[in-house]
Amino acid sequence: MARGQSEKRILSNRLEPNDYIKGFCDLHSPLDQHEALVEAERCLFCYDAPCQTACPAEIDVALFIREITTNNTLGAAKTIFDQNIFGGMCARVCPVEILCEQACVRQTSEGKPVKIGQLQRFATDLAMNEDKQFYRSQSSTGKKIAIIGAGPAGISCAHRLSMLGHEVEIFDAKPKSGGLNEYGIAAYKSVNDFAQKEINYILKIGNIKIHHNKALGQDFTLKELENNYDAIFLGLGLGDVNNLNIKNESAKGVEDAIDFIAKLRQEHDKSKIPIGQDIVVIGGGMSAIDAAIQAKLLGAQNVTICYRRGKEQMGASEYEQQLATSKGVVIKHWLSPKKIKTKHGKLASVKFNYTELKNGKLMDINQSLTLKADQLFKAIGQNLISESISELQLKSKRILVDDNMQTSNKKIWAGGDCIFGGDDLTVTASANGRDAAIDINKKLLGGAK
Amino acid sequence: MADLRNKFAGIKSPNPFWLASAPPTDKAYNVERAFKAGWGGVMWKTLGEDGPPVVNVNGPRYGAIFGGDRRLIGLNNIELITDRPLQLNLQEIKQVKKNWPDRAVVVSLMVPCEEDAWKTILPVVEATGADGIELNFGCPHGMSERGMGAAVGQVPEYIEMVTRWCKANTNMPVIVKLTPNITDIRYPARAAHKGGADAVSLINTINSITSVNLDIFAPEPTIDGKGTHGGYCGAAVKPIALNMVAEIARDAQTKGLPISGIGGIENWRGAAEFMALGAGNVQVCTAAMIYGFKIVEEMISGLSNWMDEKGYNSIDEFVGKAVPNVTDWQFLNLNHITKARINQDLCISCGRCYIACEDTSHQAIMATKDGERHFEIMEDECVGCNLCVNTCPIENCIDMVVLKTGEIDERTGEKVSGDYANWTEHKNNPGAA
Repeated sequence: MARGQSEKRILSNRLEPNDYIKGFCDLHSPLDQHEALVEAERCLFCYDAPCQTACPAEIDVALFIREITTNNTLGAAKTIFDQNIFGGMCARVCPVEILCEQACVRQTSEGKPVKIGQLQRFATDLAMNEDKQFYRSQSSTGKKIAIIGAGPAGISCAHRLSMLGHEVEIFDAKPKSGGLNEYGIAAYKSVNDFAQKEINYILKIGNIKIHHNKALGQDFTLKELENNYDAIFLGLGLGDVNNLNIKNESAKGVEDAIDFIAKLRQEHDKSKIPIGQDIVVIGGGMSAIDAAIQAKLLGAQNVTICYRRGKEQMGASEYEQQLATSKGVVIKHWLSPKKIKTKHGKLASVKFNYTELKNGKLMDINQSLTLKADQLFKAIGQNLISESISELQLKSKRILVDDNMQTSNKKIWAGGDCIFGGDDLTVTASANGRDAAIDINKKLLGGAK
Repeated sequence: MADLRNKFAGIKSPNPFWLASAPPTDKAYNVERAFKAGWGGVMWKTLGEDGPPVVNVNGPRYGAIFGGDRRLIGLNNIELITDRPLQLNLQEIKQVKKNWPDRAVVVSLMVPCEEDAWKTILPVVEATGADGIELNFGCPHGMSERGMGAAVGQVPEYIEMVTRWCKANTNMPVIVKLTPNITDIRYPARAAHKGGADAVSLINTINSITSVNLDIFAPEPTIDGKGTHGGYCGAAVKPIALNMVAEIARDAQTKGLPISGIGGIENWRGAAEFMALGAGNVQVCTAAMIYGFKIVEEMISGLSNWMDEKGYNSIDEFVGKAVPNVTDWQFLNLNHITKARINQDLCISCGRCYIACEDTSHQAIMATKDGERHFEIMEDECVGCNLCVNTCPIENCIDMVVLKTGEIDERTGEKVSGDYANWTEHKNNPGAA
């Protein structure tokens, strides 16, 4: 029996079973054949298309859309995968409204871009549903490459290396592959275990071995890998989360948003996930939005995102912000958390100071707001765990790489969120992995290939 | 509201929009619906000689070409003339004409190329009270294999002969419908004129295969694995029809011969274009077959509003008004110099003009300026071809600007002369005087 939204405390089963199914179903239903054709025909096949330039993986968007219009949908899928083997996931999670679709000239001319993301999904879904394999592992070069991290950067790198004839071994600290594709990202963007299906599809290329539950620094060292492999790629992601650094941060009810998001992804039956009545989310990026919307979908009565700066500075796109508010999430700006108040060791409320920008500096002003809360999700950014890679040169606490994704150690490449300049996007991670693989191949084989 | 009343080859109708002889005018039911919708007249679907009616295929009769969003722009058909008994058609024609005395009811005819066959059918048609006849010399499929339709229309001597027989054996106005499946439309038109035709109508459909089924390797529409060429019509054929109408309108030998314009007319503008090129009225078929009879409402209001705006009180005031401006290439003014100009406020930077010009034309458009994506005409390379205007997805974004007398054409470095000069007197023309 549903417990409803008005009960206090952190409770599971707040809603009717159907509400969970409805709330956590696919955010956008996929285009059918006719819809895809009508949408594809809107594409103008631009010269040096701005959408392609705006895509971090530089997918030839105009070409794959033209292939859809001629009913060559598998050709379209290959055009996408050639640049981004995670084209399926990116079609679901890319903030297209600030990438390809923002650049679309139809956006300029009529405020309605071609639905590039949806079309990409149409094409890649077909290829994956038909299990059409476009790539085969090349005959062996005899080179062995170790990859740390089975997220989009690591898997993409592995796939390209396999294409180029190298043997790959991946080590990942988690029990499953996928990185943030599996443990991050709102559940309604990756339904029906899509992340695992995609990884399985990609790995069919062969010559890639994955070792799960193997963490760098605990189970092996970088030095050991250096001795046993011809090259190393680091797709570590960001393993550490930022803290608010205020009192009572360890009180019951205070959690990291990414843990909450991961828990949602790993739980098939969402009704089992307990949620409070009054939720406060602190942060302004995608994790804040993902946590807030899903808290609402679980039946929280009040969900408030508090961000210390203004709307324009939020990391989450305008579209994502609107999605959150349309689900009933309240977004408040210019609020900096100051105090976590507890009652019997449990979170009771959060006190914020209002802020403003003075000469470009964020300052507290003498005005405060206290929000009742039984659950608080922190989504204020993540950090690289750098102890085990201390030999590598870092910049702003991220791994420094050159244009070819090579680190200060000539045997080590890196990509994804862990590098300096990373932008927290699956598509960028995938492109990094691809580019690193191409460079590794070049450097390992010299001028031979 | 402008007066749309029309008199064509002596036949009166409340407006110049007639339905062409085709499936929409096959029987009283359709024709009554058309008249209720507002059509000015119909060409009753072609009648053949008495006896067992023709049969049609029992599989698909149409093939189609689509534009974006499945907008049908070209249709092809392999339907024959009416497959209903002659007497039934005659009864219905008589009744419809009685019910709608103000509308034009013209009967399309196709019988074998023998005078007796025509002598037999003409009186029975005339007895219905029909306003006129249209000789179907155009049907390109099926009937032509039996020596009728286009088989007659492709031989000017036959056209003249049959037209003469008809004029000798009926008092009804005789309109000769021409096939476009010939090399020079003026010859059949002249033949009709010589035979005494009251008017010609054109174009009939064009021989075509619309598509090929790549699974079974057969043309579409496919009947039991085979296909045949059909008659192509719809918006896609309009340019071909406009040219043929203009050729007849400006031919000295057929000057003044009334023309009923047919071919891809979908709206008032298409109708006005045909009329400007000399058509006294127009016939529509495919557009009605796609959208139904209601489209005539748009045609009536559109033409009428345009006439009001331009100050034309009657149709006659603009029929043929564009004919004097249709000329031969050799008489075009070579001193008329235009340059494309991109309106940067409207440009959406799709770059289609650039790639069209760069890959296939004159390399006269730049794609970057100061390192930024920016499309601009380089007038020193622009020949004024207009391709960029046509590839641009935004209306009026690229203009063709006419250089004024005295301005420098940056491509040639020469001053624009205000004089008219054509090929006939050009220095490169070996035949120039």
